[in-house]
Amino acid sequence: MSTFSAIGDDREIDRDEFTPGIEPQATWCPGCGDFGVLKALKQAMPEVGRNPDEVALFTGIGCSGKLNSYFNSYGFHTIHGRSLPVARAAKLANPEIEVIAAGGDGDGYGIGGNHTIHTARENHDMTYIVFNNEIFGLTKGQTSPTSPKGHKSKTQPHGSAKSPIRPLSQQLNAGATYIARTAAVNPNQAKEIIAEAIEHDGFAHIDFLTQCPTWNKDAKHYVPYTDVQQSDEFDFDVSNRKEAAEMMRKTEERLYEGEVLTGRMYVEEDRPSYGQEKRSIGEMPEDPLAERYFDEDAEWERTYDNLLDHHK
Amino acid sequence: MTDNELIWRIAGGSGDGIDSTSQNFAKALMRSGLHVFTHRHYPSRIRGGHTYVEVRAKDEDVQSRGDGYNFLLALGDSFARNPQDEAYYGKEELKPLYENFDDLREGGVLLYDEGLLDEEDVDEIGLEAAAEENGWHVVPMDLRGIAKEHGREIMRNTAGIGATAAILDIGTEEFEELIKQNMAGDMQEANLDVLQDAYDAASELDIDHGIEVPEGSHDEEQVILSGSNAISYGALDEGCRFISGYPMTPWTDVFTIMSQHLPEFGGISEQVEDEIAAAALALGASHMGVKSMSGSSGGGFALMSEPLGLAEMTETPVVLVEAMRAGPSTGMPTKPEQADLEHVLYTSQGDSARVVFAPANIRECYTQTRSAFRIAYEYQIPAIVIYDQKIQGELRNMPASHFDEEPNADPGSVLTEGEIEEAAHHASGKFKRFLYEPEDGSNVSPRSVPGQKDGRYLATGNEHNEEGHISEDPDNRIAQIERRLNKLDDIRADLDENASHQTYYGPEAADYGVLVWGSQQDTAFEAVDRLNENGHSVKALGVSDMAPYPVEEVSEWLDSVDQALVVEMNATAQFRGLTQKEIGKYGDKLSSLLKYNGNPFEPAEIVDGFESSINGEDLAATNMTYLPTAGD
Repeated sequence: MSTFSAIGDDREIDRDEFTPGIEPQATWCPGCGDFGVLKALKQAMPEVGRNPDEVALFTGIGCSGKLNSYFNSYGFHTIHGRSLPVARAAKLANPEIEVIAAGGDGDGYGIGGNHTIHTARENHDMTYIVFNNEIFGLTKGQTSPTSPKGHKSKTQPHGSAKSPIRPLSQQLNAGATYIARTAAVNPNQAKEIIAEAIEHDGFAHIDFLTQCPTWNKDAKHYVPYTDVQQSDEFDFDVSNRKEAAEMMRKTEERLYEGEVLTGRMYVEEDRPSYGQEKRSIGEMPEDPLAERYFDEDAEWERTYDNLLDHHK
Repeated sequence: MTDNELIWRIAGGSGDGIDSTSQNFAKALMRSGLHVFTHRHYPSRIRGGHTYVEVRAKDEDVQSRGDGYNFLLALGDSFARNPQDEAYYGKEELKPLYENFDDLREGGVLLYDEGLLDEEDVDEIGLEAAAEENGWHVVPMDLRGIAKEHGREIMRNTAGIGATAAILDIGTEEFEELIKQNMAGDMQEANLDVLQDAYDAASELDIDHGIEVPEGSHDEEQVILSGSNAISYGALDEGCRFISGYPMTPWTDVFTIMSQHLPEFGGISEQVEDEIAAAALALGASHMGVKSMSGSSGGGFALMSEPLGLAEMTETPVVLVEAMRAGPSTGMPTKPEQADLEHVLYTSQGDSARVVFAPANIRECYTQTRSAFRIAYEYQIPAIVIYDQKIQGELRNMPASHFDEEPNADPGSVLTEGEIEEAAHHASGKFKRFLYEPEDGSNVSPRSVPGQKDGRYLATGNEHNEEGHISEDPDNRIAQIERRLNKLDDIRADLDENASHQTYYGPEAADYGVLVWGSQQDTAFEAVDRLNENGHSVKALGVSDMAPYPVEEVSEWLDSVDQALVVEMNATAQFRGLTQKEIGKYGDKLSSLLKYNGNPFEPAEIVDGFESSINGEDLAATNMTYLPTAGD
C-alpha cells in the first residue's frame, strides 16, 4: 500500500473524470488534430485503470502544451523541449505514478531532440506522445523539423532545403522499446495505441499525426490512412528490429508521397526499463524515493556517522 | 610574512600524484597536532603540465594560503611531452622546478629529484644563481632511483615525503600510518621501504636550514576535508537524495562525491545529456516531493537558465550549486575567479526570485548548503550556492564536531493528505496550489505532490491563477508576481532571525573597512590582522548572502567606517556594484581591490593593496587593480 492513497485506488474509472471543470472546452482551432489526442488519451485511462491523482502529465510548449489545461490530472507544463527530462526524473522519484509526456514535433524533434534521443536510450517506463503536424502552429506556420523538403513558409520563402527528421527510425536507433504512429482521424486505433503504450514497461513513443487546418492545409487531415496491422500489403513482425526498420522507413517516405501509414511499428518486451536497470545495480532504492519523505518513521542517514571517518 | 609556519609546496606534472601526496602530507601534519590548509594549482589537462599544491601548517588555526612558501619538493614532470623537441616544448619536465622560483622565500629549502631532472639542464635554468641570491638550500636527491629500487617510479612522491620528513626533522610515524591505512600487500611494503630509504638518505645530508616546524596539539578530534566534501555533506544531512548533472570543472567534484554516496544513502544520481536536462531533472524529482539538487560551472550553469526560471515561476524548490572558474566562455577551466556573481543573480528572463549564498570557507559550505535546502523547500524557491575553484579544491582541518548535527529531511511546505482534504479547492475539484493569500499570512502557498488524493493541480511556466491554470488577467498577475517576490522579504527576515551568514572581523571601532564576499573572506581576515599589527585601524565584513541581500547589516557596518575597500576576484567589481545597487548609496565610500589573473589573493597582497590605496600609490607592478570611489 502506498503512502499516497490515490495510488492503486481500486475503483471504476470514468473517462469524464479526466475532463477538468476549469477549462472543459479546449481552445484549439476547429478541426485541429489535437482534439483527437485529448479524446484518445481520456478514453485510454479507464482501460489502464488509472485515476487522475495518480497520473502526472508533462508537456512542452506549443499548441500541444495546452493538453495539460484540458486533461484533469497532476500536470506540469514545462518549457520548450524539456518535458522529457522533467518527466523522467519524476518517474525515478516515484515509479508508482503513471508518467506521460507530450509535446509537438518542434518540441520533441527540434529543440528537445537531444532529450528525446537520451530518454529513449535509457528506456524509462513512460509514454511520450508527439503531436506531429509537420509545422510550427502556435507561432503561425513556420517550417518544422518534420516539414517535407521544399516546404515553403515565411521563414523558408524558397522552400526548405532540408530533408525532414525521420522520427520513427530515429527512435528505433535511439532505443525506444514501443514505437507507433497513429493519427487524430483514427480515434479507435489511437486509444488502443495509447493504452498499449501506457501498459508497456519501457519507453513508448507515439508519433501522433495531428492535422493543422489553419497553418498546414497541405497535409490534408491525414486521410485516407492505412493501419499496417490490418493491411495485407505490410506483413512484418513488430518485434523484429530489421523488419521494423524497413517498415518505418517506408512509413516515413510514403507520408510525403501522400500515403498515411499508421499502427505499431516496433515492440520490444524483454528489455528492462531504466528503473529496473538502476535497481539491479543498487543505484535506486527499491521503494519509491518520494514516499520516504512522507513516512514519519523513516530513518535518515547522517554524514557524521557514515562518512567522516575517512577524513580523520 | 608569518614566522613559525611551514608552507610546503609539492610540484610536478599532472599524473605524478601531486594531489594525493599533498592530501596525505596535510593529513599527517593534522594528526601530529598541527592546523593545516592547502592551496591547489593545476592545469586543464590529464597528463603533464605543471601542477602544485601548498600545505600550510601552523600551531593555530590556518585560514588562508600563505605568502609564498618555504619548502619546495620539485618532482619534475614525468609526463612532459616530447622532451626531445626543444624548439617547441623546451624543457617541460623542468617547469615544476623553475616556475616555482618566484615565491620561494629567502632561506627556503629546494629539494628536487635529480633522478628525473638532469643536472646539466638544471644548471641552464639558473638555479645556482637564484639560490645564491636568495639563500636557498638546494638539495638534489635521486628520488626516482630510490623509488625504482623498491617499487615503481611513481613512488617518487613517497620518497619525496621521506626526504622532507628527514630535512624538517618531523619523523615518519604519521606517514607510515597513512601508508598502512591506504595500501596493502606489496604496494604497502614497497612504499614503506621507499619512505624509510629516502628518510635515511636525506638524514645523512644534514642540511642546516632555519625552518622550524611548530609543534601543536588539538583539543578535540579533527577532520580534514574540502569545500566540495562539505557542500555534499550539507546536502545529504539536509535530506537531499537526488542529484543530476553533467561533468564540468570544477563542479564535477561535488557531483562525484554525491554520486559515490547517494546509493548507500538510498538516493539517486543521474548523469545526463546536458545541463538543461540536469536542472530539469532536479525539478522533476522535486515536483514529486524529493529533495533535489543539480549544479555546474559557468558555461553549464548558463544552460540552466531556463529551468531556473521555470523553478521560480512554478515555485518548485531546488538547490543548484555554481562552482565558478575564470571566464568568459571556456575561460581558464582550472583557475578560480568570482566573476559569475551577476550571471547567477540575474540569468533567466523576467524578474528573478532566487536565493544565493556564497560561503566563505569549508565550514560555511556545510552550514550554508544546509540553509539553502531549508530555505528552498520551506519557501518553494530555487536556492543557489555559489563558490569557486579555490574553496572546491582546498583542504582544511576543523573539529569533527562541526558535522555532529541532526539530519533534516523535512520536505518543507508540503501538505499531508489530511491537510489537503481540508485545504481550499476550486469547484472543479482542483487543489488551490497558488493561493493569493496563504492562510498563515505568509507568502508561501503550500503544495501537494502527485499521488496525493485530491491534490492535483497544474504547474506551469505561464502566469497562472490559484489552481495553476494559465491566466493573463492583470489583477491575478499582480497578486502572483508580488507574492512570489515578497517571499524574499520573508526569507530575509528568517535569515536575520535564524542564521546570519555574515562574518564580522577585527576591532569594532576601526576607521577603515575591508568588505569581502565568498571564498576571499578568510584571506582578507588574515590581512586585517596584519594591517592592525602594522598600525592601521581596520576591520572586515565578510558577506555570504548575495540574495536576498543583507541591506540592513551592510548599511550599518558601512556607516561605522570612513572608507571601505571591496576585495574580490573579478575585473568589473561585481559585488561592489551589487552593494551599491541594493543599498543605493555609499558610492563615495567604496573603492575596489581586484585580482583576476587566475590565482586567489594572498594575505600580503591585500595588505599591500590596502596600504597602496590609502597612500595613493600605483598598483601597476602587481597582480592587482585598484578601482577608486565613484561618488554617490
